[in-house]
Amino acid sequence: MKQVYINSVGSISAQKTFDNDSFLEDVVGYEDNVISVIDPNYKDYIPPAAARRMAKGIKMGVVASKIALQDAGLENVDAIITGTGMGCVRDSEKFVSAIIDNDEQYLTPTSFIQSTHNTVGGQIALELQCKGYNFTYVHASNSFESTLLDAKLQLENDEEKNILIGGVDELGDHTVAIHKLINHIKPEAVKSSNLLDSGTEGAVFGEGANFFVLSNEKKASSYANIIGVKLYNTLPKAEVSQTALDFLAENNLDVKDIDILILGNNGDIKFDDFYTDLQSKTFHNNQQVYYKHLCGEFNTASSFGFWLASKILKTQTIPDVVKLNKVENSSYKTILLYNQYRGENHSFTLLKQC
Amino acid sequence: MSKGIAITGMGIISAIGNNVAENYHALLNGNKGITRVAKIKTNHVNEIMVGEIASTNNEFEQQLNLNSDNNYSRTAFLGAVAAKEAVKHAGITNINTYKTGLISATSVGGMDMTERYFYDYLTNKTTQKYIEGHHAGDSTQKIAEQLGIEKSLVTTISTACSSAANAIMLGARLIKSGELDRVIVGGSDCLSKFTINGFKTLMILSDTYNTPFDENRKGLNLGEAAAFLVLESDAVVKSENKTVLAYVKGYGNANDAYHQTASSDNGDGATIAMEKALKVANLTPNDIDYINAHGTATGNNDLSEGRAIIRVFGENVPDFSSTKAYTGHTLAAAGGIEAVYSVLALQNNVIYPNLNFETQMKEFDITPQLELKEKPLKTVMSNSFGFGGNCSTVIFSKEP
Repeated sequence: MKQVYINSVGSISAQKTFDNDSFLEDVVGYEDNVISVIDPNYKDYIPPAAARRMAKGIKMGVVASKIALQDAGLENVDAIITGTGMGCVRDSEKFVSAIIDNDEQYLTPTSFIQSTHNTVGGQIALELQCKGYNFTYVHASNSFESTLLDAKLQLENDEEKNILIGGVDELGDHTVAIHKLINHIKPEAVKSSNLLDSGTEGAVFGEGANFFVLSNEKKASSYANIIGVKLYNTLPKAEVSQTALDFLAENNLDVKDIDILILGNNGDIKFDDFYTDLQSKTFHNNQQVYYKHLCGEFNTASSFGFWLASKILKTQTIPDVVKLNKVENSSYKTILLYNQYRGENHSFTLLKQC
Repeated sequence: MSKGIAITGMGIISAIGNNVAENYHALLNGNKGITRVAKIKTNHVNEIMVGEIASTNNEFEQQLNLNSDNNYSRTAFLGAVAAKEAVKHAGITNINTYKTGLISATSVGGMDMTERYFYDYLTNKTTQKYIEGHHAGDSTQKIAEQLGIEKSLVTTISTACSSAANAIMLGARLIKSGELDRVIVGGSDCLSKFTINGFKTLMILSDTYNTPFDENRKGLNLGEAAAFLVLESDAVVKSENKTVLAYVKGYGNANDAYHQTASSDNGDGATIAMEKALKVANLTPNDIDYINAHGTATGNNDLSEGRAIIRVFGENVPDFSSTKAYTGHTLAAAGGIEAVYSVLALQNNVIYPNLNFETQMKEFDITPQLELKEKPLKTVMSNSFGFGGNCSTVIFSKEP
């Protein structure tokens, strides 16, 4: 079985992450309950006419994947695997409202086509002229981890050499409005730095695209080695710690081997207690990191956590803004990530320095 | 590591039957499930025909013993019914005895409720329960709950009309690698105003019965359906002394990289998908006894797929037919529906007729199988192609 490496990253988020030469050097703070991405200059990557036609999710996905390909020094990949919770949700909203508002008349196909969940993966394939394997996973907060698992299996078996994976989701007005009604979005504006102390229900919604080239060939420029990923549709709160320990044991690791624990806390008072045991008991003496105050919550927000872990392992630095506790390590070899959303679709991911 | 990927159970609900037996009976007797749409109020009612399932959501609610405060979309109802039949058929009493996962496919997800309550959500608290049911993963989570799958690998694939074929592919890979011992794979999609109007704007809906591979084909009929297979590893089959219905022998996915919705003229993606599947199966084109074609009856698909079949099989194109004339095009579920039909074909050594065919296409001289045909079958190939250039082929066989 071959080893699997993260050979490149490409990130578009609510931070200036699109430039791979920097690493959260000037962090943007927000005071809101919905935060959008900081756009790169899309025209540097796609012709303006094409960019105008593209949905936001497609634009973010295509450009983040181009950044990832550049970073990997590749013209093309063997396969493309995309994760998205909602797809190009603005187009879905546009098409549904047009059906209702115009009583099924005067409709045009563009927003219907862009509503198809695999439209981002399909567009990336079109842009790259990549005729390889092309899958799209749409399973809520495990959409991105599904891409990771799929790519890992194929690379381990040497079925492919380089696979582009990524997570992408965009904000849509109607979706935001109705998620405010059911308290999935916080009622009040929250300062990024106070997210975990907000004491209220719901999350600060965000959007973004984080793409990576995974490979079974290690390079001098590789970011990390992927050790394992596990997905769970359900997991009782009381079993999170034991499940994490079992996962480490399966990979011949122990709590003390974990240099950094990266957690998906989003400040939702109803669900952040899924992290409590790991934070204050099991990994109390390990350095801990969080990130959703920087990128917001969305179905593929954990791909931002994966980006953060990759950058930490490669640069061997941790920006102060993501530190969750006072434990400090001097070197970072092994990272464990844990994420869930609203108590469902939990994931554990293990990365190692390479 | 498992060498064989055994299919030990199947479940299905479609416009031609509420279970496997009813579907098979309709296939043998040439009974189409295509009618005017009854459950969705649409201005296009007289311009389209659909493959609609008779049962109402209320009936499914009772069948599944759900409280009236549930927030199931029709996609979730259909999926739960079909997946439960598959698990029962496989003789599984305790689902968590083995590492069991669920891979489902959908394109519509909870859109049927979203389009119904889109503006109503803003003012009516009682309908807001459906907001959480919109995203595509929701129906899969509900199906997992119905099956009692807990603390396990559950995910959803959405690659338009090849989705369920891709779910089978991932499931096979998960068993081969030892990640899971058993996996329930398939897909579910209900009819919606969203897809009716979407395909209408693309001008690929027929106003009458769809006619796959016919020169004068006018487009597709949308259908709703769900179908699931139970896949098990060699080890589970052996220790449980399971009856194996058939095996997943090969699979391949490729991208046409030609257009967001249309297939390339020469079917590049389809050709690569079929070739990859043959390679994984370690078979040659001559080994394929029957192709259950994608055959949507759109001008574009049938030409592109036909040319791809000729590219792969040359002078020796095996018997082929599309069953879309029976069920309509059931989008993300289609690969699951046709997987069930392929396994039934293998088990019973029959090839289903390609209904409604009248006139030979002029671009090539291959003709689908027009009558029910009995013939010993060892391997069946099933094609599923979707938007975004997504092309998938799965090969089923009697032998591992």
